[in-house]
Amino acid sequence: MTARRRLTVLALLAPAVLGFAAFFGYPLVATVVFSFTRYDLINPPEWIGLANYEYMLGDELFARAVGNTLWFVVVLTATRVVFALGVASVIARLKSGVGLVRTLCYLPSLAPPVAATLVFFLVLRPNEGPVDTFLGWLGVQGPLWFADPAWAKPGIAAVVLWVSGDLMIIVLAAILDVPREQYEAAELDGAGPLRRWWHITLPSISPVLLFGVVNSIILALQLFTQAVVAGSAASGSADVTGSTKDLGFPENSTLTFPVWLYAQGFRYFDMGYAAAMATVLFAVSFLATALLVQRMRRATHQEEGA
Amino acid sequence: MTAASGRAPRDWRGALDWVAVHSIGIALGLMFTLPIVFVLLTAVMPDEQAFTADLWPREWRWGNFVEVFERAPLLTYLGNSMLYALLATAGMLLSSIPAAYALAKLRWRGRDAVFLLVVGAMMLPPQVVAVPLYDAWSGLGLTGTLWPLVVPYFLFDAFSVFLLRQFMLTIPQSYVDAARVDGCTEFQAMLRVVVPMARPGIAATALFCFLYTWNDYFGPLLYTSERPDEWTLSLALSSFKGMHHVQWNLAMAVTLLTMLPAVVLFVLAQRSFVRGITFTGVKG
Repeated sequence: MTARRRLTVLALLAPAVLGFAAFFGYPLVATVVFSFTRYDLINPPEWIGLANYEYMLGDELFARAVGNTLWFVVVLTATRVVFALGVASVIARLKSGVGLVRTLCYLPSLAPPVAATLVFFLVLRPNEGPVDTFLGWLGVQGPLWFADPAWAKPGIAAVVLWVSGDLMIIVLAAILDVPREQYEAAELDGAGPLRRWWHITLPSISPVLLFGVVNSIILALQLFTQAVVAGSAASGSADVTGSTKDLGFPENSTLTFPVWLYAQGFRYFDMGYAAAMATVLFAVSFLATALLVQRMRRATHQEEGA
Repeated sequence: MTAASGRAPRDWRGALDWVAVHSIGIALGLMFTLPIVFVLLTAVMPDEQAFTADLWPREWRWGNFVEVFERAPLLTYLGNSMLYALLATAGMLLSSIPAAYALAKLRWRGRDAVFLLVVGAMMLPPQVVAVPLYDAWSGLGLTGTLWPLVVPYFLFDAFSVFLLRQFMLTIPQSYVDAARVDGCTEFQAMLRVVVPMARPGIAATALFCFLYTWNDYFGPLLYTSERPDEWTLSLALSSFKGMHHVQWNLAMAVTLLTMLPAVVLFVLAQRSFVRGITFTGVKG
């Protein structure tokens, strides 16, 4: 590598290096440093050692937020991947209307999360909404959804599934990439559609399914907008700047980890505690990312070896 | 697509299978579409009917879509959203194309490590870095403006660098080498050879960047929630009902309006979307 070549690389990457340093490098280090301080944005930070982390252990709402976010990690990962796989498998087998159904399933994923949540606030309206009306025809008393602590999280999960068409497109592309000959050979051997799906489709697309798992974990860890909007719409306050009472409504059932972090940092201006929570979130999402990176590295080595 | 494509099913088992698969297909299409239909029906209802058990409009009030503009400064919000999304997308193209080129088409020591940092940055929840960044922007006196949202895109956007690199990897290296043999500098090779060939990928990346910023809620909430003049459409929508004391039918009309740009872009550039979304997963 000549000096000239090195200079070219540096010139091409200069803005990115600067941006990475300013918007990732510095804030990551600063977050960890802030987490050992008490800081309200006005007075200079005051070093308090591990006090924020000690406080965390006794903070009931912190435990609540961890529990809620774990709920979303488990439920969203399972349902998103299974749902995307199921929908894509059906679309792949359609003989006509593939384009139309694919478009219809994908379009909601383009909706702004605020809008998508309000759509479901309407659709899942207690008693008189379309879904509860439909359940009523079946003789089932529909739940109160966003107004019921037991049903608010499933309601939010429904919003996220509705906008999961992008994952579905990825899975569908992988299914359509499986070589035809493999299916034809299996068909000659007398394998039915289900067995072909199980023995050929599923193993071939497993890397994409792993991507779906990691992608869903990251998404669930960040879940913020849908929880805030559902909470404020259902509480009737619907106010961005005002009180904190609507966060987590009802009964803190939608208080996710990022929501509690946001409340601590930007409504109570307890920046030190928010930074401590951010440090924890960083550690967890780092693990999830490492999983994906490890897999990508293996794929890259295979590419280069070929 | 399949051997049987377009032909009539041969036996009753095939016919049954065909009916089953297509019924599920229709059901899926409806499941994804119906929520929007209900929102549209509510948006054109008279005020007193919205959010009652009566789901079909007694009277079709298309004027609701005009009335919302009179009730709230929607044009200001719309302008802010446009400003944020367009500036961010322009900045992203300036900063990410060269970075992606260096990662995809040049060989240098440490390239793989740098690429891993890009992936790491892409996966990082925005809440992790929010505290120091807010602190820094407020130190500069720029909170309450759109600057903290837009400036980062002029330097580095991890997802766009990642996606553009994936696209550029599919362009055969021989084209770049040929340009070099012809005496092109790296900048010329990038601008005259790789950028034109990567145009579909660049279009898809720009679309995703525009939509991501248009849809963003956390960023505008963090930096502009105290200043209603600077609100984006998403942020305004989240408090629309409470702020402007409007009926649910009008709130639903605004909900539809915020979704409109995405639908228009999708109709205009469906292939770019599908190609782009495929690239984020399969090659990633």
